[in-house]
Amino acid sequence: MPDPNKMVEIHTMRSQLGRVRGLGSAKSGAAHWWAQRMTAVALVPLTLWFVWSALRLVGAPHEDVLAWIGGPVPVVLFIALVVASFYHLSLGLQVVIEDYVHTEPARLISLLLTKGVIILLALTCLVSILKLGL
Amino acid sequence: MTDVRDAQMVARTSDGRLVRRPLSPHLQVYRPQITSVISTFHRLTGIGLGVGTLLLTWWLVAAATSAEAFGTVQGFIGSPIGLLLLFGWTFALFFHLCNGIRHLAWDLGLGFEKAEYHLTGWAVVIAASVLTVLVWMVGLVIW
Repeated sequence: MPDPNKMVEIHTMRSQLGRVRGLGSAKSGAAHWWAQRMTAVALVPLTLWFVWSALRLVGAPHEDVLAWIGGPVPVVLFIALVVASFYHLSLGLQVVIEDYVHTEPARLISLLLTKGVIILLALTCLVSILKLGL
Repeated sequence: MTDVRDAQMVARTSDGRLVRRPLSPHLQVYRPQITSVISTFHRLTGIGLGVGTLLLTWWLVAAATSAEAFGTVQGFIGSPIGLLLLFGWTFALFFHLCNGIRHLAWDLGLGFEKAEYHLTGWAVVIAASVLTVLVWMVGLVIW
């Protein structure tokens, strides 16, 4: 029941204290949350494929690994695995850093370093896969 | 004060001293439960798997470089320390995978009853352990 004494009904999901302080989210939490879930869903079958492939390649000599990854299916799945894994890792480590690193300069530097290393590792993996598979 | 929200974190004790309020969860008085322990492990295994991507990257680069480089990484994986790390990463992978599926079920609104999240919590621990042992048994037979 709306208060008849109120001049204006303000419909908002934010608390009144939150509105007064003006310190709501200025970032992109929903997109982050969704991307974390979508990569997680993709990683369920991709991880199972990866474990199965790793088992097939236990102790295999170099030429067997080259022969295996030479097929079109392993190349595509491996690229998908690397992209989804590193994206998922980047999102996850970002949350860990944001939870535990409280001072702004240290947080920014940790995030930049972590994401930078992750991007470089992912690119290194992708170039290697392409070199092996093409 | 670096952030206006810090004002909320200041309080007085009963004898009038100014103190910072403790942050939740109060680990020093919080009894470990299957829910909180698995949640902590999910984060730790996630970080561990992140470190594990270094080995994956090394393995891929070596395979793409030469048979000699590939032999070096295979030699490391087959060494005692390599096998120990790989065993840890296998468990971390299955634990994070199984508990990740549990998280996805929660995202669908399933399994929020106390009996359910206790049951699925133990199911994650057992499934991850069984899968790890199973994969290693198969792996060692092939090796």
